[in-house]
Amino acid sequence: MRKLSLIDRVGLFGRAGIDIVSVLGRSTIFLFHALLGRGGIGGGLGLLLKQLHAVGVMSLVIIVVSGVFIGMVLALQGFSILSSYGSEQAVGQMVALTLLRELGPVVTALLFAGRAGSALTAEIGNMKSTEQLSSLEMIGVDPLKYIIAPRLWAGFISLPLLAMIFSVVGIWGGSWVAVDWLGVYDGSYWSNMQNSVTFSGDVVNGIIKSIVFAFVVTWIAVFQGYDCEPTSEGISRATTKTVVYASLAVLGMDFILTALMFGDF
Amino acid sequence: MQNRTMEIGVGLFLLAGILALLLLALRVSGLSPTASTDTYKLYAYFDNIAGLTVRAKVTMAGVTIGKVTAIDLDRDNFTARVTLQVEKDVNNLPTDSTASILTAGLLGEKYIGISVGGDDAVLKDGGTIHDTQSSLVLEDLIGKFLMNTVSKEAK
Repeated sequence: MRKLSLIDRVGLFGRAGIDIVSVLGRSTIFLFHALLGRGGIGGGLGLLLKQLHAVGVMSLVIIVVSGVFIGMVLALQGFSILSSYGSEQAVGQMVALTLLRELGPVVTALLFAGRAGSALTAEIGNMKSTEQLSSLEMIGVDPLKYIIAPRLWAGFISLPLLAMIFSVVGIWGGSWVAVDWLGVYDGSYWSNMQNSVTFSGDVVNGIIKSIVFAFVVTWIAVFQGYDCEPTSEGISRATTKTVVYASLAVLGMDFILTALMFGDF
Repeated sequence: MQNRTMEIGVGLFLLAGILALLLLALRVSGLSPTASTDTYKLYAYFDNIAGLTVRAKVTMAGVTIGKVTAIDLDRDNFTARVTLQVEKDVNNLPTDSTASILTAGLLGEKYIGISVGGDDAVLKDGGTIHDTQSSLVLEDLIGKFLMNTVSKEAK
């Protein structure tokens, strides 16, 4: 490799900056076209239904199973910490607040990025590499409307629902461990929880978080697929990028949202 | 047929999501459908409210009848003015009722307990509870205790 002069290095740095800005611009234009393009979702509810099935229903198993286990682990850990202060009855409150505020939205979004996001990217990327997208355009069908828009909406709808199911199942799993196994009194598990959890504060903020995550994860997944290099290597790179970028975006956004919602400043 | 099972699956998924929201609202956060009852305002002046926060509950005989909506300093008397939001159903509090700041458990949160007086007149919206008992500050208590032992030893 030849030696780079200082000017070349500055040029490379500049090119990287231009690349980043142009990707951001392209993805935003892409999003606006897909969501606000003429006529909304193509193919009516049928295509959306199909995507809701692929993205939402098929993710239920992993969400429910991990929800139960995370709730159970939280109850177990919480019990062993809280019992040294003699306040094991607060375990219900701890499990519920942790799940509703943080783990429900965040873990669901991470699992969703791995389970559904990568599949979306690979599917769209494959359509692109086999020139299905350009053939659709050739016959006068807008791929943004028929391929992209239903997938985006399916992701936006599914993730908040999955996050709520995750929290409920986790709290149920927590009660299973704490009440049925470790012998915390059933009444204090639930009443402590109801005293400390507020609907407008905790439940609604958790839902807002999961809506934001749904938006970010689905957008990244669909755009990476649409923008990928139409080769097998390009698809694999795009799928990796989807999972990495979506996870980083979710964790970063989570900090900002938590600071805004619960930061008290 | 394939299409039909898919539709049923999506329908069940949406139902499960709505059910989860309902469970979160009713079972986990204890939101009751008739939560938004009418309230009226009362004021109470305390010498020291240390540890009392907005949204703390107001109880009577252990039953929650309202919450604290605002705490500010009365600049003229240098006392804390606490605004209480009490449910409309409890509209027969005598004017000489006592409001005291209590603690739930040893290290628990502070709340306001109201004990009834014997007056015939009742508190109206915007009324003031004059008889109050301040928050218990642990440092003051320890200070008093120490002063007591010191003065006993001096005798």
